[in-house]
Amino acid sequence: MRKDQNLGEYLRMQGVSRRGFLKFCSATASLMALPPSAVSQVAEALATARRPSVIWMSFQECTGCTESLTRSHAPTVESLIFDAISLDYHHTLQAAAGHGAEAAREAAMEENKGEYILVVDGSIPNGNNGYSTIAGISNHDMLIEAAADCFAIVAVGTCASFGGLPQANPNPTGAVSVSEIIKDKPIINVSGCPPIPVVITGVLAHFLTFGTIPELDALGRPAAFFGQNIHDRCYRRPFYERGQFAETFDDEGARKGWCLYKLGCKGPTTYNACATLKWNQGTSFPIQSGHGCIGCSEPSFWDKGGFYDPISAGQWGSRDALLGAAAAGAALGVGSALAARARKKKAQAAEEV
Amino acid sequence: MSSLETIPVTTEVATGNVEPLLHEIRHALKRLIEGKEGTVIDLKRLPLAPGEEERIAATLGTGEVRAEVDALGPTLIQETSYPGVWLITHKNVDDVVVARFVEVTYIPELLRSQQADIDAGINRLENELKN
Repeated sequence: MRKDQNLGEYLRMQGVSRRGFLKFCSATASLMALPPSAVSQVAEALATARRPSVIWMSFQECTGCTESLTRSHAPTVESLIFDAISLDYHHTLQAAAGHGAEAAREAAMEENKGEYILVVDGSIPNGNNGYSTIAGISNHDMLIEAAADCFAIVAVGTCASFGGLPQANPNPTGAVSVSEIIKDKPIINVSGCPPIPVVITGVLAHFLTFGTIPELDALGRPAAFFGQNIHDRCYRRPFYERGQFAETFDDEGARKGWCLYKLGCKGPTTYNACATLKWNQGTSFPIQSGHGCIGCSEPSFWDKGGFYDPISAGQWGSRDALLGAAAAGAALGVGSALAARARKKKAQAAEEV
Repeated sequence: MSSLETIPVTTEVATGNVEPLLHEIRHALKRLIEGKEGTVIDLKRLPLAPGEEERIAATLGTGEVRAEVDALGPTLIQETSYPGVWLITHKNVDDVVVARFVEVTYIPELLRSQQADIDAGINRLENELKN
Protein backbone atom coordinates (compact mmCIF):
# COMPACT_ATOMS: atom_id res chain seq x y z
CA MET A 1 0.00 0.00 0.00
CA ARG A 2 1.42 3.39 -0.98
CA LYS A 3 1.71 5.96 1.78
CA ASP A 4 -0.51 8.48 -0.05
CA GLN A 5 -3.33 5.95 -0.56
CA ASN A 6 -6.24 5.53 1.77
CA LEU A 7 -7.49 2.10 2.71
CA GLY A 8 -10.59 2.28 0.49
CA GLU A 9 -8.47 3.04 -2.60
CA TYR A 10 -6.01 0.32 -1.68
CA LEU A 11 -8.72 -2.34 -1.32
CA ARG A 12 -10.35 -1.34 -4.62
CA MET A 13 -6.95 -1.65 -6.33
CA GLN A 14 -6.64 -5.14 -4.84
CA GLY A 15 -9.94 -6.05 -6.52
CA VAL A 16 -11.91 -6.10 -3.26
CA SER A 17 -15.58 -5.36 -3.97
CA ARG A 18 -17.82 -3.20 -1.81
CA ARG A 19 -19.32 -6.44 -0.48
CA GLY A 20 -15.83 -7.63 0.46
CA PHE A 21 -15.17 -4.27 2.10
CA LEU A 22 -18.39 -4.52 4.15
CA LYS A 23 -17.38 -8.01 5.23
CA PHE A 24 -13.95 -6.69 6.20
CA CYS A 25 -15.65 -3.91 8.22
CA SER A 26 -17.99 -6.38 9.97
CA ALA A 27 -15.05 -8.55 10.99
CA THR A 28 -13.03 -5.47 12.02
CA ALA A 29 -15.91 -4.12 14.15
CA SER A 30 -16.18 -7.54 15.79
CA LEU A 31 -12.40 -7.50 16.30
CA MET A 32 -12.63 -4.11 18.02
CA ALA A 33 -15.50 -5.37 20.21
CA LEU A 34 -17.77 -2.73 18.69
CA PRO A 35 -21.49 -3.41 18.39
CA PRO A 36 -22.55 -4.68 14.94
CA SER A 37 -24.54 -1.46 14.49
CA ALA A 38 -21.19 0.38 14.25
CA VAL A 39 -20.25 -1.31 10.97
CA SER A 40 -21.40 1.62 8.82
CA GLN A 41 -19.30 4.06 10.91
CA VAL A 42 -16.32 1.72 10.62
CA ALA A 43 -16.82 1.47 6.85
CA GLU A 44 -17.01 5.24 6.48
CA ALA A 45 -13.90 5.82 8.59
CA LEU A 46 -11.83 2.99 7.12
CA ALA A 47 -12.57 3.98 3.52
CA THR A 48 -10.72 7.24 4.05
CA ALA A 49 -8.18 6.08 6.65
CA ARG A 50 -4.56 7.03 5.97
CA ARG A 51 -1.66 4.73 6.64
CA PRO A 52 -0.16 5.35 10.10
CA SER A 53 3.54 4.83 10.72
CA VAL A 54 4.31 2.24 13.38
CA ILE A 55 7.68 1.85 15.07
CA TRP A 56 7.95 -1.38 17.05
CA MET A 57 10.64 -1.74 19.70
CA SER A 58 11.51 -4.97 21.47
CA PHE A 59 13.34 -4.69 24.77
CA GLN A 60 13.62 -7.36 27.53
CA GLU A 61 11.24 -9.86 25.93
CA CYS A 62 11.04 -13.42 24.65
CA THR A 63 9.50 -12.60 21.22
CA GLY A 64 6.32 -14.40 22.32
CA CYS A 65 4.25 -11.27 21.68
CA THR A 66 5.49 -10.99 18.09
CA GLU A 67 5.00 -14.76 17.66
CA SER A 68 1.44 -14.43 18.92
CA LEU A 69 0.72 -11.68 16.43
CA THR A 70 2.31 -13.32 13.42
CA ARG A 71 0.47 -16.58 14.15
CA SER A 72 -2.88 -14.80 14.47
CA HIS A 73 -5.92 -16.58 13.14
CA ALA A 74 -7.66 -14.30 10.68
CA PRO A 75 -5.11 -13.76 7.92
CA THR A 76 -7.49 -12.02 5.55
CA VAL A 77 -8.63 -9.35 7.96
CA GLU A 78 -5.42 -9.04 9.90
CA SER A 79 -3.09 -9.02 6.93
CA LEU A 80 -5.21 -6.24 5.44
CA ILE A 81 -4.83 -4.29 8.66
CA PHE A 82 -1.10 -4.90 8.57
CA ASP A 83 -0.95 -3.83 4.95
CA ALA A 84 -2.78 -0.72 6.04
CA ILE A 85 -0.14 0.33 8.54
CA SER A 86 3.41 1.25 7.73
CA LEU A 87 5.56 -0.92 9.98
CA ASP A 88 8.72 1.15 9.66
CA TYR A 89 10.85 -0.58 12.28
CA HIS A 90 10.65 -4.00 13.92
CA HIS A 91 14.08 -5.52 14.38
CA THR A 92 12.78 -9.11 14.56
CA LEU A 93 10.72 -8.92 11.37
CA GLN A 94 12.65 -6.48 9.19
CA ALA A 95 15.29 -7.56 6.71
CA ALA A 96 17.61 -4.64 7.43
CA ALA A 97 20.11 -4.89 10.28
CA GLY A 98 22.76 -2.78 11.98
CA HIS A 99 23.23 0.87 11.09
CA GLY A 100 20.84 0.62 8.12
CA ALA A 101 17.97 -0.47 10.38
CA GLU A 102 18.65 2.26 12.91
CA ALA A 103 18.86 4.86 10.14
CA ALA A 104 15.42 3.69 8.87
CA ARG A 105 14.00 4.09 12.39
CA GLU A 106 15.41 7.60 12.73
CA ALA A 107 14.12 8.57 9.27
CA ALA A 108 10.60 7.25 10.05
CA MET A 109 10.56 9.16 13.36
CA GLU A 110 11.62 12.37 11.64
CA GLU A 111 9.20 11.97 8.73
CA ASN A 112 6.21 11.19 10.98
CA LYS A 113 7.00 13.47 13.90
CA GLY A 114 4.09 13.67 16.32
CA GLU A 115 2.03 11.13 14.36
CA TYR A 116 3.65 7.72 14.61
CA ILE A 117 2.51 4.93 16.90
CA LEU A 118 5.25 3.50 19.10
CA VAL A 119 4.72 -0.17 19.94
CA VAL A 120 6.88 -1.58 22.71
CA ASP A 121 7.19 -5.18 23.82
CA GLY A 122 9.43 -6.17 26.71
CA SER A 123 10.31 -4.41 29.93
CA ILE A 124 13.10 -1.88 30.36
CA PRO A 125 16.10 -2.59 32.64
CA ASN A 126 16.33 0.41 34.88
CA GLY A 127 18.91 -0.78 37.35
CA ASN A 128 21.83 -1.17 34.98
CA ASN A 129 21.14 0.02 31.44
CA GLY A 130 23.82 -2.30 30.12
CA TYR A 131 21.58 -5.33 30.62
CA SER A 132 19.87 -4.72 27.27
CA THR A 133 21.04 -2.54 24.41
CA ILE A 134 20.30 -2.19 20.69
CA ALA A 135 23.00 -0.81 18.42
CA GLY A 136 24.85 0.27 21.55
CA ILE A 137 21.88 2.32 22.77
CA SER A 138 20.30 1.32 26.07
CA ASN A 139 16.61 0.36 26.03
CA HIS A 140 15.94 3.22 28.42
CA ASP A 141 17.52 5.86 26.15
CA MET A 142 15.96 4.45 23.00
CA LEU A 143 12.50 4.51 24.59
CA ILE A 144 12.92 8.11 25.77
CA GLU A 145 14.08 9.19 22.31
CA ALA A 146 11.33 7.36 20.39
CA ALA A 147 8.55 8.38 22.78
CA ALA A 148 9.38 12.10 22.55
CA ASP A 149 7.67 12.61 19.18
CA CYS A 150 5.15 9.76 19.04
CA PHE A 151 1.36 10.15 18.99
CA ALA A 152 0.81 7.32 21.47
CA ILE A 153 2.47 4.21 22.83
CA VAL A 154 1.06 0.70 22.72
CA ALA A 155 2.73 -1.45 25.40
CA VAL A 156 2.29 -4.96 24.04
CA GLY A 157 2.50 -7.82 26.54
CA THR A 158 2.69 -7.96 30.31
CA CYS A 159 6.44 -7.11 30.35
CA ALA A 160 5.94 -3.75 28.62
CA SER A 161 2.65 -3.12 30.43
CA PHE A 162 3.60 -4.05 33.98
CA GLY A 163 7.19 -5.36 34.07
CA GLY A 164 6.23 -9.03 33.58
CA LEU A 165 8.64 -11.93 33.98
CA PRO A 166 11.85 -9.82 34.00
CA GLN A 167 10.42 -7.89 36.95
CA ALA A 168 9.61 -11.05 38.94
CA ASN A 169 11.27 -11.25 42.32
CA PRO A 170 14.25 -10.65 42.74
CA ASN A 171 14.11 -8.53 39.56
CA PRO A 172 17.84 -8.73 38.77
CA THR A 173 17.78 -6.14 35.99
CA GLY A 174 15.60 -3.58 37.77
CA ALA A 175 12.97 -4.14 35.07
CA VAL A 176 10.17 -1.59 34.80
CA SER A 177 7.18 -1.06 32.54
CA VAL A 178 6.88 1.63 29.87
CA SER A 179 4.53 3.69 32.05
CA GLU A 180 7.13 3.84 34.82
CA ILE A 181 9.44 5.77 32.49
CA ILE A 182 7.17 7.69 30.12
CA LYS A 183 4.75 10.03 31.87
CA ASP A 184 3.73 12.52 29.19
CA LYS A 185 2.27 10.34 26.41
CA PRO A 186 -0.92 8.27 26.14
CA ILE A 187 -0.03 4.63 26.84
CA ILE A 188 -2.28 1.72 25.97
CA ASN A 189 -1.40 -1.45 27.87
CA VAL A 190 -2.22 -4.59 25.89
CA SER A 191 -1.21 -7.07 28.58
CA GLY A 192 -1.02 -10.85 28.39
CA CYS A 193 1.82 -13.34 28.24
CA PRO A 194 1.42 -13.22 25.31
CA PRO A 195 -1.55 -10.98 24.53
CA ILE A 196 -4.39 -12.37 22.43
CA PRO A 197 -3.34 -11.56 18.84
CA VAL A 198 -6.71 -10.15 17.82
CA VAL A 199 -6.53 -7.74 20.76
CA ILE A 200 -3.23 -6.35 19.41
CA THR A 201 -4.78 -6.07 15.96
CA GLY A 202 -7.98 -4.65 17.42
CA VAL A 203 -6.06 -1.77 19.03
CA LEU A 204 -4.21 -1.04 15.77
CA ALA A 205 -7.56 -1.22 13.92
CA HIS A 206 -8.99 1.31 16.36
CA PHE A 207 -6.18 3.77 15.54
CA LEU A 208 -6.64 3.12 11.87
CA THR A 209 -10.39 3.59 12.03
CA PHE A 210 -10.86 6.44 14.47
CA GLY A 211 -7.36 7.90 14.93
CA THR A 212 -7.99 8.08 18.68
CA ILE A 213 -7.08 6.28 21.91
CA PRO A 214 -9.66 3.62 22.85
CA GLU A 215 -11.42 3.80 26.21
CA LEU A 216 -9.08 2.40 28.88
CA ASP A 217 -9.56 0.68 32.23
CA ALA A 218 -7.86 1.69 35.49
CA LEU A 219 -4.67 -0.14 34.43
CA GLY A 220 -4.55 1.56 31.04
CA ARG A 221 -5.91 -1.42 29.09
CA PRO A 222 -8.55 -1.15 26.34
CA ALA A 223 -11.86 -1.55 28.18
CA ALA A 224 -13.44 -3.33 25.20
CA PHE A 225 -11.13 -6.31 25.76
CA PHE A 226 -10.20 -6.04 29.45
CA GLY A 227 -13.48 -4.71 30.86
CA GLN A 228 -14.65 -8.02 32.29
CA ASN A 229 -12.90 -10.77 34.16
CA ILE A 230 -12.37 -14.27 32.81
CA HIS A 231 -14.57 -15.74 35.53
CA ASP A 232 -17.64 -13.67 34.60
CA ARG A 233 -17.33 -14.71 30.94
CA CYS A 234 -16.34 -18.32 31.61
CA TYR A 235 -18.66 -21.04 30.38
CA ARG A 236 -17.76 -23.05 33.54
CA ARG A 237 -19.13 -20.31 35.80
CA PRO A 238 -22.45 -22.17 36.43
CA PHE A 239 -20.43 -24.96 38.11
CA TYR A 240 -18.80 -22.41 40.43
CA GLU A 241 -22.26 -21.13 41.37
CA ARG A 242 -23.39 -24.68 42.14
CA GLY A 243 -20.21 -25.46 44.12
CA GLN A 244 -19.06 -28.14 41.69
CA PHE A 245 -15.26 -28.10 41.52
CA ALA A 246 -12.57 -30.32 40.03
CA GLU A 247 -10.37 -31.36 42.98
CA THR A 248 -7.54 -32.85 40.92
CA PHE A 249 -6.74 -32.79 37.21
CA ASP A 250 -7.93 -36.35 36.69
CA ASP A 251 -10.97 -36.72 38.93
CA GLU A 252 -14.60 -37.02 37.92
CA GLY A 253 -15.11 -33.25 38.23
CA ALA A 254 -12.23 -32.58 35.83
CA ARG A 255 -13.67 -35.07 33.34
CA LYS A 256 -17.09 -33.44 33.60
CA GLY A 257 -15.66 -29.99 32.95
CA TRP A 258 -16.41 -28.54 36.41
CA CYS A 259 -14.97 -25.29 37.74
CA LEU A 260 -11.15 -25.18 38.19
CA TYR A 261 -11.13 -22.62 41.03
CA LYS A 262 -9.76 -25.09 43.60
CA LEU A 263 -6.97 -26.05 41.19
CA GLY A 264 -5.69 -22.51 41.19
CA CYS A 265 -7.70 -20.86 38.39
CA LYS A 266 -7.09 -17.10 38.55
CA GLY A 267 -10.14 -16.29 36.40
CA PRO A 268 -11.93 -14.35 39.16
CA THR A 269 -9.10 -11.79 39.43
CA THR A 270 -7.97 -11.70 35.80
CA TYR A 271 -9.30 -9.25 33.26
CA ASN A 272 -8.96 -10.36 29.65
CA ALA A 273 -11.02 -11.56 26.68
CA CYS A 274 -9.76 -15.18 26.48
CA ALA A 275 -13.19 -16.66 27.33
CA THR A 276 -14.88 -15.01 24.35
CA LEU A 277 -12.18 -14.36 21.73
CA LYS A 278 -10.28 -17.58 22.53
CA TRP A 279 -6.98 -18.77 21.01
CA ASN A 280 -5.71 -20.88 18.11
CA GLN A 281 -8.16 -19.94 15.40
CA GLY A 282 -10.85 -19.30 18.01
CA THR A 283 -10.68 -22.97 19.02
CA SER A 284 -10.27 -22.87 22.76
CA PHE A 285 -8.71 -21.14 25.76
CA PRO A 286 -6.82 -22.58 28.77
CA ILE A 287 -9.89 -23.25 30.92
CA GLN A 288 -11.68 -24.97 28.03
CA SER A 289 -8.58 -27.14 27.64
CA GLY A 290 -8.81 -28.17 31.30
CA HIS A 291 -6.20 -25.87 32.90
CA GLY A 292 -6.97 -22.91 35.12
CA CYS A 293 -6.21 -19.35 34.09
CA ILE A 294 -2.76 -18.26 35.39
CA GLY A 295 -3.66 -14.58 35.39
CA CYS A 296 -1.01 -13.59 32.85
CA SER A 297 -2.58 -10.25 31.96
CA GLU A 298 -2.39 -8.93 35.52
CA PRO A 299 0.49 -7.00 37.16
CA SER A 300 3.06 -9.14 39.06
CA PHE A 301 1.33 -12.38 38.11
CA TRP A 302 4.59 -14.33 38.54
CA ASP A 303 4.84 -13.30 42.18
CA LYS A 304 1.27 -13.96 43.24
CA GLY A 305 1.79 -17.46 44.60
CA GLY A 306 1.67 -20.83 42.87
CA PHE A 307 -0.30 -21.30 39.69
CA TYR A 308 -2.00 -24.29 41.31
CA ASP A 309 -2.84 -22.65 44.63
CA PRO A 310 -6.37 -21.27 44.89
CA ILE A 311 -6.61 -17.48 44.89
CA SER A 312 -7.58 -17.56 48.55
CA ALA A 313 -4.27 -19.31 49.40
CA GLY A 314 -2.26 -16.71 47.47
CA GLN A 315 -3.76 -13.92 49.55
CA TRP A 316 -2.40 -15.36 52.77
CA GLY A 317 1.01 -16.62 51.75
CA SER A 318 2.54 -19.08 54.21
CA ARG A 319 0.80 -22.18 55.50
CA ASP A 320 1.03 -20.87 59.09
CA ALA A 321 -0.80 -17.69 58.19
CA LEU A 322 -3.31 -19.79 56.31
CA LEU A 323 -3.93 -21.96 59.38
CA GLY A 324 -4.32 -18.86 61.52
CA ALA A 325 -6.89 -17.48 59.17
CA ALA A 326 -8.71 -20.77 59.02
CA ALA A 327 -8.77 -20.93 62.81
CA ALA A 328 -10.35 -17.52 62.85
CA GLY A 329 -13.00 -18.87 60.55
CA ALA A 330 -11.93 -16.36 57.94
CA ALA A 331 -13.01 -17.85 54.68
CA LEU A 332 -14.56 -20.71 52.81
CA GLY A 333 -11.86 -20.32 50.17
CA VAL A 334 -9.09 -20.77 52.72
CA GLY A 335 -10.53 -24.14 53.60
CA SER A 336 -10.43 -25.16 50.01
CA ALA A 337 -6.82 -23.93 49.77
CA LEU A 338 -5.78 -26.21 52.60
CA ALA A 339 -7.63 -29.05 50.99
CA ALA A 340 -5.83 -28.39 47.71
CA ARG A 341 -2.44 -28.39 49.45
CA ALA A 342 -3.32 -31.59 51.26
CA ARG A 343 -4.31 -33.18 47.95
CA LYS A 344 -1.05 -32.03 46.42
CA LYS A 345 0.95 -33.56 49.28
CA LYS A 346 -1.06 -36.76 49.04
CA ALA A 347 -0.41 -36.92 45.32
CA GLN A 348 3.31 -36.29 45.88
CA ALA A 349 3.42 -39.03 48.51
CA ALA A 350 1.67 -41.42 46.14
CA GLU A 351 4.21 -40.61 43.42
CA GLU A 352 7.11 -41.25 45.77
CA VAL A 353 5.76 -44.72 46.70
CA MET B 1 -1.85 -41.01 18.63
CA SER B 2 -5.38 -40.99 20.02
CA SER B 3 -7.89 -38.73 18.41
CA LEU B 4 -9.43 -35.97 20.51
CA GLU B 5 -12.74 -37.87 20.62
CA THR B 6 -11.15 -40.69 22.62
CA ILE B 7 -10.15 -38.40 25.50
CA PRO B 8 -12.81 -38.88 28.20
CA VAL B 9 -13.71 -35.25 28.84
CA THR B 10 -17.38 -34.39 28.58
CA THR B 11 -18.46 -31.03 27.27
CA GLU B 12 -22.11 -31.11 28.23
CA VAL B 13 -21.88 -27.73 29.91
CA ALA B 14 -24.50 -25.04 29.73
CA THR B 15 -23.83 -21.35 30.30
CA GLY B 16 -27.53 -20.59 30.40
CA ASN B 17 -26.99 -18.09 27.59
CA VAL B 18 -28.71 -19.98 24.77
CA GLU B 19 -32.29 -19.40 25.88
CA PRO B 20 -31.85 -15.64 26.59
CA LEU B 21 -30.29 -15.30 23.14
CA LEU B 22 -33.28 -16.99 21.54
CA HIS B 23 -35.56 -14.59 23.45
CA GLU B 24 -33.43 -11.69 22.18
CA ILE B 25 -34.02 -12.94 18.66
CA ARG B 26 -37.78 -13.17 19.36
CA HIS B 27 -37.81 -9.55 20.60
CA ALA B 28 -35.80 -8.46 17.55
CA LEU B 29 -38.32 -10.15 15.25
CA LYS B 30 -41.17 -8.30 16.97
CA ARG B 31 -39.32 -5.01 16.49
CA LEU B 32 -38.83 -5.80 12.81
CA ILE B 33 -42.54 -6.57 12.37
CA GLU B 34 -43.46 -3.30 14.09
CA GLY B 35 -41.55 -1.52 11.32
CA LYS B 36 -38.55 -0.64 13.42
CA GLU B 37 -34.95 -1.37 12.50
CA GLY B 38 -33.33 -4.79 12.15
CA THR B 39 -30.89 -6.26 14.65
CA VAL B 40 -27.47 -7.83 14.35
CA ILE B 41 -26.11 -10.07 17.14
CA ASP B 42 -22.37 -10.89 17.24
CA LEU B 43 -22.09 -14.49 18.45
CA LYS B 44 -18.37 -14.07 19.23
CA ARG B 45 -19.21 -11.60 22.00
CA LEU B 46 -21.22 -14.08 24.07
CA PRO B 47 -19.73 -16.57 26.51
CA LEU B 48 -20.83 -19.89 25.07
CA ALA B 49 -19.80 -23.37 26.11
CA PRO B 50 -18.48 -25.85 23.57
CA GLY B 51 -21.45 -27.04 21.54
CA GLU B 52 -23.76 -24.15 22.42
CA GLU B 53 -23.22 -22.27 19.17
CA GLU B 54 -24.17 -25.45 17.35
CA ARG B 55 -27.23 -25.73 19.63
CA ILE B 56 -28.31 -22.21 18.66
CA ALA B 57 -27.90 -23.05 14.97
CA ALA B 58 -29.81 -26.32 15.41
CA THR B 59 -32.67 -24.61 17.27
CA LEU B 60 -32.95 -21.94 14.57
CA GLY B 61 -32.89 -24.63 11.88
CA THR B 62 -32.54 -24.01 8.15
CA GLY B 63 -35.01 -22.14 5.99
CA GLU B 64 -35.59 -21.71 2.28
CA VAL B 65 -32.68 -19.46 1.33
CA ARG B 66 -28.99 -20.30 1.39
CA ALA B 67 -26.42 -18.13 -0.35
CA GLU B 68 -22.65 -17.96 -0.53
CA VAL B 69 -20.80 -14.72 -1.12
CA ASP B 70 -17.26 -15.06 -2.41
CA ALA B 71 -15.47 -11.96 -1.14
CA LEU B 72 -12.24 -12.14 0.90
CA GLY B 73 -13.08 -15.81 1.53
CA PRO B 74 -16.53 -17.39 1.62
CA THR B 75 -19.47 -15.98 3.57
CA LEU B 76 -22.41 -18.30 4.16
CA ILE B 77 -25.80 -16.63 4.48
CA GLN B 78 -28.50 -19.00 5.68
CA GLU B 79 -32.08 -18.04 6.37
CA THR B 80 -33.19 -20.00 9.40
CA SER B 81 -36.51 -21.81 9.77
CA TYR B 82 -37.79 -18.54 11.27
CA PRO B 83 -38.20 -16.16 8.32
CA GLY B 84 -36.43 -12.90 8.93
CA VAL B 85 -33.73 -14.56 11.06
CA TRP B 86 -30.46 -15.14 9.18
CA LEU B 87 -27.28 -16.86 10.28
CA ILE B 88 -24.23 -15.25 8.67
CA THR B 89 -20.83 -16.93 8.86
CA HIS B 90 -17.80 -15.03 7.57
CA LYS B 91 -14.77 -17.16 6.76
CA ASN B 92 -11.33 -16.11 5.58
CA VAL B 93 -9.50 -17.50 2.56
CA ASP B 94 -8.24 -20.38 4.73
CA ASP B 95 -11.85 -21.35 5.49
CA VAL B 96 -11.48 -20.29 9.15
CA VAL B 97 -14.51 -18.59 10.73
CA VAL B 98 -13.62 -14.95 11.49
CA ALA B 99 -17.04 -13.72 12.58
CA ARG B 100 -20.54 -15.11 13.03
CA PHE B 101 -23.70 -13.07 13.32
CA VAL B 102 -27.42 -13.59 13.71
CA GLU B 103 -29.09 -10.92 11.61
CA VAL B 104 -32.79 -10.18 12.03
CA THR B 105 -33.84 -8.40 8.86
CA TYR B 106 -35.83 -8.80 5.63
CA ILE B 107 -32.71 -9.21 3.53
CA PRO B 108 -29.08 -9.11 4.76
CA GLU B 109 -27.16 -6.10 3.48
CA LEU B 110 -24.43 -8.33 2.04
CA LEU B 111 -26.89 -9.93 -0.40
CA ARG B 112 -27.86 -6.63 -2.00
CA SER B 113 -25.83 -5.43 -4.98
CA GLN B 114 -23.77 -2.52 -3.72
CA GLN B 115 -23.89 0.88 -5.43
CA ALA B 116 -20.09 1.10 -5.79
CA ASP B 117 -19.99 -2.35 -7.42
CA ILE B 118 -22.88 -1.45 -9.75
CA ASP B 119 -21.05 1.72 -10.82
CA ALA B 120 -17.86 -0.25 -11.50
CA GLY B 121 -19.88 -2.93 -13.31
CA ILE B 122 -21.59 -0.57 -15.74
CA ASN B 123 -18.22 0.93 -16.62
CA ARG B 124 -16.89 -2.52 -17.41
CA LEU B 125 -19.94 -3.37 -19.51
CA GLU B 126 -19.66 -0.13 -21.47
CA ASN B 127 -15.98 -0.81 -22.15
CA GLU B 128 -16.83 -4.34 -23.22
CA LEU B 129 -19.43 -3.07 -25.71
CA LYS B 130 -17.02 -0.48 -27.15
CA ASN B 131 -14.55 -3.21 -28.10
